[in-house]
Amino acid sequence: MLSIKNLHASVEDKEILKGINLEIKAGEVHAIMGPNGSGKSTLSQVLAGNEAFEVTSGEVTLNGENLLDLETEERAREGIFLAFQYPVEIPGVSNLQFLRTAVNAMRQHRGEEEMNAAEFMKLAREVSKQVDLDPSFLKRGVNEGFSGGEKKRNEILQALLLQPKLAILDETDSGLDIDALKVVSDGVNALRSEDRAILMVTHYQRLLNHIVPDYVHVLAGGRIIKSGGRELALELEEKGYGWLGIKDEEEASN
Amino acid sequence: MATTDQEVNELIKREYEHGFVTDIESDTFEPGLNEDVIARLSGLKKEPEWMLKWRLKAYHRWLEMDEPDWAHVGYPKIDYNAISYYSAPKRKEDMPQSLDEVDPELLKTYEKLGIPLHEREKLAGVAVDAVFDSVSVATTFKEPLAKAGVIFCSISEAIRDYPELVQKYLGTVVPHSDNFFAGLNSAVFSDGTFVYVPKGVRCPMELSTYFRINAANTGQFERTLIIADEGSYVSYLEGCTAPMRDENQLHAAVVELVALDDAQIKYSTVQNWYPGDEEGKGGIFNFVTKRGACQGKNSKISWTQVETGSAVTWKYPSCILKGDNSVGEFYSVALTNNFQQADTGTKMIHLGKNTSSTIISKGISAGRSSNAYRGLVKFQPGAEGARNFTQCDSLLIGDRCGAHTFPYIESKNKSAIVEHEATTSKVSDEQMFLCRQRGIDPEQAVSMIVNGFCKEVFKELPMEFAVEAGKLLEVSLEGSVG
Ligand SMILES: Nc1ncnc2c1ncn2[C@@H]1O[C@H](COP(=O)(O)OP(=O)(O)OP(=O)(O)O)[C@@H](O)[C@H]1O
Ligand SMILES: [Mg+2]
Repeated sequence: MLSIKNLHASVEDKEILKGINLEIKAGEVHAIMGPNGSGKSTLSQVLAGNEAFEVTSGEVTLNGENLLDLETEERAREGIFLAFQYPVEIPGVSNLQFLRTAVNAMRQHRGEEEMNAAEFMKLAREVSKQVDLDPSFLKRGVNEGFSGGEKKRNEILQALLLQPKLAILDETDSGLDIDALKVVSDGVNALRSEDRAILMVTHYQRLLNHIVPDYVHVLAGGRIIKSGGRELALELEEKGYGWLGIKDEEEASN
Repeated sequence: MATTDQEVNELIKREYEHGFVTDIESDTFEPGLNEDVIARLSGLKKEPEWMLKWRLKAYHRWLEMDEPDWAHVGYPKIDYNAISYYSAPKRKEDMPQSLDEVDPELLKTYEKLGIPLHEREKLAGVAVDAVFDSVSVATTFKEPLAKAGVIFCSISEAIRDYPELVQKYLGTVVPHSDNFFAGLNSAVFSDGTFVYVPKGVRCPMELSTYFRINAANTGQFERTLIIADEGSYVSYLEGCTAPMRDENQLHAAVVELVALDDAQIKYSTVQNWYPGDEEGKGGIFNFVTKRGACQGKNSKISWTQVETGSAVTWKYPSCILKGDNSVGEFYSVALTNNFQQADTGTKMIHLGKNTSSTIISKGISAGRSSNAYRGLVKFQPGAEGARNFTQCDSLLIGDRCGAHTFPYIESKNKSAIVEHEATTSKVSDEQMFLCRQRGIDPEQAVSMIVNGFCKEVFKELPMEFAVEAGKLLEVSLEGSVG
């Protein structure tokens, strides 16, 4: 589904991604771990089309199509979804209106009819219960005054509504209490399906108890330096990143 | 990032929708202003002697006045003798007696603007007075309103039919000596709307005036006077558009509101005069004096404005809070794009005890425009226990526009309480990226974010117009993202 070949990207003339190679097939769940500042969010943002980052070389295809040629919104409509590490607020724009606009933009792209306010309200209420967000959050401004955990659940809510082909989850497990972690993992597991791939960035192997990945990759210094199965995460937890030749003080601390 | 500032700057470029010219035969005065012109104007309108005297007095005072230059706007000097002070569609009789007698071209114009004047196609529950250039061409729903005792007619009719009311109130809130443009208006005002709501009557429908400038080189000087007698209530809305022309056109209106004991007036404006083109050529100069007097105790005047048009706007809808416990409100959205300039705000003058005022101002600047809020909150010695809350927010789209805030507070009463909040924000790259990442078009994203920013003001508008205002912002913002 997603194929990344020798991807280099920089921000403000500083190279962050230094040759990423990664193949993700439909139905797979990949976890990316790695020290702070190693480029995990950068990779996620580059895939989603954030123009703050410049792709200097390499190629990325989604189902054979050149992804890098597409605008951000076109990528989204092709099924790329990014759950942000730090979701931004949009004051005054109700979550409900924002979500409906997004869902209808996707529907329009697929040639489907738009959902009216009442239909959408019903759907949104159901899904908000699924991520344990009170429906009153639908009326509030997008992420406006949401707690850290509520923002993360709101991201999963969006993923569930938009039903992407490739869901990139950037530390969606960070800052969650134990119950919320369960809720979010259940949400992600609900997304798992034969025709959908999930790429999740995490610092915690405990998440991987809930969402069992098919592959685990270690990203350090802008490169994937090691890939393995589920057991790699356990090994990392035990030994830290040091045994891979990376300085320990950079290790996950949040 | 997804939508860079540069791209944002490009997202504001749709054609002005109402820019067409109606091909209609008009009687138009030669440009120029002198006593004869005023006498001719007054004569054409079959005005009584007192009215002409009133006009001439204002004219002489105006000749001694200087054009104000303190506003944060710049425009070429206006030659007041190059303007025509009267233009009216030609017609057989003096005034159409019913809608059937209104020129079909005119009816079509209003239809095109989305303002049906035929009562059967009427906007639900809204009575309309349509002012075309210098004259009122039609007023709808006169009968049901008359049944309730509400007078809703053009000011020209009111001068002829209700001289006592007009004489009693005209110029009492905005005297002709108030400022340069008010002086000019007092001398040459051509038409406008008059409303009187009698004691204890809740006006059964929204009243609205729709102003349209059509003729070239013509100034529009309308005069509106609304009187809410004791315990009455009225909600009034005005809308404005003009054709696209390369020359600037002058619009200098005066609006006076009077609320007696326990009366309430809600006055809403959706102003969409032609703003000029992308290079800043043409557009309306909108120099307007709007003021309401809360004369009686427990009275309330509420101004809501959505200003998206005009090349230059100079406008400060104000409240004089004279009655004890009276309330003044000002809710404003002012959007400027391209080379538009707006200097707008309000004055809340607290005279009575326990008077209170609220000011919510939302300024949005895009393109190379300049947007200033100017507000005065004044507490006179008698304003015991008075209070004001002001919230002034600016939103910038792109990085070539400007926002300015000039709040003035003068207090001569120690018990008065003032709260002031101000913020300036930008439509951020991160917000745009979030929207686009969810599949939303950049243009739609900007309009959604801007609408969210204006929400507190839009909720004050009558329902039908809140939707219109939202759409208007969308159109006005087109081209501000690329
Ligand atoms: N807009 C930016 N301007 C300058 N530097 C940036 C910018 N964005 C990212 N960087 C830098 O790029 C590097 C990689 O950052 P990135 O956010 O991808 O790391 P990460 O692996 O997600 O880290 P964390 O685990 O802390 O979330 C960091 O050194 C960061 O400071
Ligand atoms: Mg990160």
